[in-house]
Amino acid sequence: MSRDREVLTGEHFLNGDEACAEGAIAAGCRFFAGYPITPATEIAERMARRLPEVSGVYIQMEDEIASMAAVLGASWGGTKSMTATSGPGFSLMMENIGLGMMMETPCVVVNIMRGGPSTGLPTLVGQADVMQARWGSHGDYGVIALTPSSPQESFDFTIRAFDLSERFRLPVFLLSDEMVGHMYEKVVIPAKSTIKLLRRTKPRKSGQEFFPFQAGKDLVPPMACAGEGYRIHVTGLTHDEQGYPLITADAQERLIRRLCDKIRVNTDEIIQIEEIDTKGAEIVVVAYGCTARSAQEAVQIAQRNGVRVGFLRLLTVWPFPDKKIRELSRAGVRTFVVPEINYGQVAREVERCADGKEVILAARMGGAVHTPEMILEAIEEAARG
Amino acid sequence: MRYMLYEPKSFHAGEAQERIDKTHGLHPDDRYLKPGRIPHIWCPGCGLGIVLTAFIKAIDGLEIPIDRCAVVSGIGCTGRVAGYLNMDTYHTTHGRAIPFATGLKIAKPEMEVVVFSGDGDLFAIGGNHFIHGARRNMDLTVICVNNFNFGMTGGQSGPTTHMTAKTSTTPYGNCEYPFNLTHLAFASGATYVARWTTFHARYLIDSIKRAFEKKGFKFIEVISPCPTGYGRPNRLGSGLDEMKSYRDRSVIRNRIDPIDAPLEWKGPMVVGEFVDREKPTFLDRYREDILSRVQEGSRSA
Repeated sequence: MSRDREVLTGEHFLNGDEACAEGAIAAGCRFFAGYPITPATEIAERMARRLPEVSGVYIQMEDEIASMAAVLGASWGGTKSMTATSGPGFSLMMENIGLGMMMETPCVVVNIMRGGPSTGLPTLVGQADVMQARWGSHGDYGVIALTPSSPQESFDFTIRAFDLSERFRLPVFLLSDEMVGHMYEKVVIPAKSTIKLLRRTKPRKSGQEFFPFQAGKDLVPPMACAGEGYRIHVTGLTHDEQGYPLITADAQERLIRRLCDKIRVNTDEIIQIEEIDTKGAEIVVVAYGCTARSAQEAVQIAQRNGVRVGFLRLLTVWPFPDKKIRELSRAGVRTFVVPEINYGQVAREVERCADGKEVILAARMGGAVHTPEMILEAIEEAARG
Repeated sequence: MRYMLYEPKSFHAGEAQERIDKTHGLHPDDRYLKPGRIPHIWCPGCGLGIVLTAFIKAIDGLEIPIDRCAVVSGIGCTGRVAGYLNMDTYHTTHGRAIPFATGLKIAKPEMEVVVFSGDGDLFAIGGNHFIHGARRNMDLTVICVNNFNFGMTGGQSGPTTHMTAKTSTTPYGNCEYPFNLTHLAFASGATYVARWTTFHARYLIDSIKRAFEKKGFKFIEVISPCPTGYGRPNRLGSGLDEMKSYRDRSVIRNRIDPIDAPLEWKGPMVVGEFVDREKPTFLDRYREDILSRVQEGSRSA
């Protein structure tokens, strides 16, 4: 029975949170440690109900700090693990996210963004944690963040998040938002056999010859989990290739560059974007999450009105698609329109890469999604300029 | 943006190997220690060497396979124990060893998961995690080395610092009440609670062995000298002087309520095995109450 319940193949009517939980289970996640927080609580609730069905363990920790620590511990025990939260919990998790980055621990951290800062708008949408996802913990490290725009994508991207975390050995963020998390839509869950899952690379060398933080060309070391006989030391301190603390500038230089470069040199494998009618466009709307849905409608209306506008949807927001933005600016795009539910976070990234081309930020601070008309207004403003 | 980076020295496995060849393996306990990592960083007179050795002797005495053990530590001098042990060890963030160990234990229930940390790490920043770990009765052995201060950062006061004691952040004397850690552990739900000092090394080995033989949340407090951080500002003498003081002031009382086991600064120190009881662990309950019922229910469905 346990096997039938792993992948609920078929058509479902689910909200983004529920779809995310199903994606996790389909990806092989068998440990969830979390703390209730609106609007992510439904993920915890569904995991609490579903994990025992597949012989997994759900544990509600005393706070988000403990949740993130437990997720790392379980991953080092060899189990795919996940937690889910929103802004205030994301802030609490930051220190241990840094630990996960430093220890290179595969796991998934879901942030169903809501209005902030602080307690903010617990029940309403926001998108203002994008920069926090990139820079939230102290120090330098590479980041992967996926941005679903629908419950279907919440399912699909959670599986992808697990794959990427296993492939690159780091906590991967699913950066969703309250609108996507709480909206109900059709979710098609495929047959189990069609879901190909990635798993962390195991060491080939044995015992003493294995240096747990020494990597090959792809900059990702194989991972030895607890009890497998490798007897490794894993620390949050700066360490050498053997994993032992080494408090020197040289060790820092080697380690930190690798932690950042393992993402930087693999962006082609990681970045996913959706382009519609960007070829020959003068204006390109760049959007993600729930905003992308209104943006797509706005672009269609503008096109019908004769505006040469294209649409770029970000399925991954980190790493940021620098190359694509630069390419579009050089191909004739005059203006980028960036609607987002924050005071300009992705817009700054677009501006950074846009080679001096104009960027119009269509911002809402939080609590409501842009209507297509609002975004259309910005497109028309771009067309006038 | 163009990058200008500076070439670091590359990694040399050879240097470490030389040190290993010269010094490792001479002592029978060496197989429990990571090659090339001794000498350790602790101060002369520190009790951590004794606690580490007691731990090794307990595992050796019970013949527990090294690969069945995992140690999780926090930040502080005690936290550095993890780096010296030749087993899977995790040096995590300040105060968060117990939740990390919780996740590890759940993923690898067949392993002995030990948390090794200090009074500041476990009871200041880690206090909340300690009481919940005990409340859940997670099957963990928690060894807390209590030196009454935050030693690693230079000797600041902490939740076990004695009233009136001098530390670098209590230059006029500490005015706060300290915890009775054994009382806190018992009240939170621990199944085994013991307190020893580094003078009581043999009792400590036996206690750790007893902890390995039991299930549940096991707590062992070990009082240790810290001549650098605590002894010097309070004129307690050398590490050896402090141990003599433990010998002279300690009284062993087993099977008592820890509330009756105070730790007077200049008076009696009550040590012993205070609590030793049985209670189903978190995983026992999860498997019995939840997993089996859910799987059972689905079988009959």
